[in-house]
Amino acid sequence: MLSDADQAMLHGETGPHVALAMRIVTGLAAASSARFLLDISRAHIDGCLYNGQASLDFANRLSGVQVTVPTTLNVSSLDLLHPDLIQSTPETQRRARALMDAYTSMGAQPTWTCAPYQALVRPAFGEQIAWAESSAVVFANSVLGARTDRYGDFIDAAAAITGRAPAAGLHLDENRQAGVVFDVAALSTDLKKRDAFFAMLGLIIGSRSGKRVPAVVGIDEATEDQLKTLGAAAASSGSVGLFHVVGVTPEALTLRDVAPADSPIVEVDGEMLRIARQQVNAGADSSRLGSVHLGTPHYSSNQLDAVLAALARRAVKLNLYVSTGRDVLVRWGKADLLTELGVTIVTDTCTYVTSIVDPTTGSAMTDSAKWAYYAPGNIGVRALFGSMEECVETAVAGHLVERNDQWI
Amino acid sequence: MDLTFLVSGHASGPTLVLDQPLSFWGGVDPATGTIIDAAHPQLGVAITGRILVMPSGRGSSSASSVLAECIRSGTAPAGIVLGEADPIVALGALVAKELYPDRVCPVAVAADYPAATRTESITMDPNHTNG
Repeated sequence: MLSDADQAMLHGETGPHVALAMRIVTGLAAASSARFLLDISRAHIDGCLYNGQASLDFANRLSGVQVTVPTTLNVSSLDLLHPDLIQSTPETQRRARALMDAYTSMGAQPTWTCAPYQALVRPAFGEQIAWAESSAVVFANSVLGARTDRYGDFIDAAAAITGRAPAAGLHLDENRQAGVVFDVAALSTDLKKRDAFFAMLGLIIGSRSGKRVPAVVGIDEATEDQLKTLGAAAASSGSVGLFHVVGVTPEALTLRDVAPADSPIVEVDGEMLRIARQQVNAGADSSRLGSVHLGTPHYSSNQLDAVLAALARRAVKLNLYVSTGRDVLVRWGKADLLTELGVTIVTDTCTYVTSIVDPTTGSAMTDSAKWAYYAPGNIGVRALFGSMEECVETAVAGHLVERNDQWI
Repeated sequence: MDLTFLVSGHASGPTLVLDQPLSFWGGVDPATGTIIDAAHPQLGVAITGRILVMPSGRGSSSASSVLAECIRSGTAPAGIVLGEADPIVALGALVAKELYPDRVCPVAVAADYPAATRTESITMDPNHTNG
């Protein structure tokens, strides 16, 4: 099962750190019934987000070793460009910084973004990679046609160090076939152009797919940002690591390319979308909104342009946070136009994974199904879901502005 | 209980059967060992010291380090019995075993998962998987 080089790494011939990394890779291979390991050409590490002392203990255990493939880093718990935003204790910040330093000292690039595919790296169709961060995994597999399983903390670094990953899961042809089809043909073309539709569809797909790969039929076109939104939502409400949109994503020219003829079909209607939104919004206090959050996953330059246009030179009354990658922000080059309207730009991290917002200021509004899904548990803030335009109008007005007719 | 171990180790205790899959990240507070996922039907329930019985993991890939942190800080389940193999759960327990070898949280897949959900206590023993 293991190559000679794998065996050598496992037995410590290239040092104890590599041996630890290889024990993790082979341990995962056993847990996922892989018969052999395969080469990976890139890695994306999400272990740089401080999740407690264990994450730092692990990185420190690997201290001194170098990654062997080009490796990007996911969001951290700090914003190094806007450090005053972070409200966590000095000790927590010190540990978070030590964790970031541990990974950069291994040779990983200090990218600090959940969307490395936007301005940094574009894995090729069919390329075998080892990416962590559920929204990046689903984007790489679905939109780029690259191949990574749903990796997470620890295995991300282990793969980056060894250059190897278990031949299992979404690396393999047989696991990339759809097992369930979502038919959205009955919904209006106008609705299917809206970003918020893709977020709610993602929630529905995630909660109903289980371990099956979903395929979607009935969408004629979608932007990369909309597919990013769909995937991030589906990877939050469920375990989706790959989806196909027939006629849109690269492996699904036709339904028969990706789904057996007898695949079960779920017909998605407007009522399902409304219920998905109601479930997200349950528990949020719409009469007491304290902040508005855009950019989960990190916004692209097109999305930053759209926020700027929606603001139309109006200042915000509620705190409006927009998260993006430092790479995208530099390339976009118009940060001042947002900040002079009172918008807070967040880089290197995200407002739902670290202490930026005061939870006592009330509920939040977001255009991200993922933010709404995780913020209550992570930072103690409940969220209302709205389109980006609703979020901007709410931030400008200082209270909830809903435009239900706009998208459902 | 016929178990296939993903992370080997001994554990026994009362079961906590989850009605829905759980993501440790955003779903469990490592400081208290309680479920904090607002969308989970067992919000507020303590997992510490129980044999956690759940169909699978869910969601974010950051769950591994939260499970490892629970194991480090002593708030983890005594063991985890799954309906199907879950690499993210397995990795968290596997790495914790490397870092903190005296605090092992075994992870196994039950051959008969519905039976596991009807059991009030489970003994996880890699040497006697048919017991």
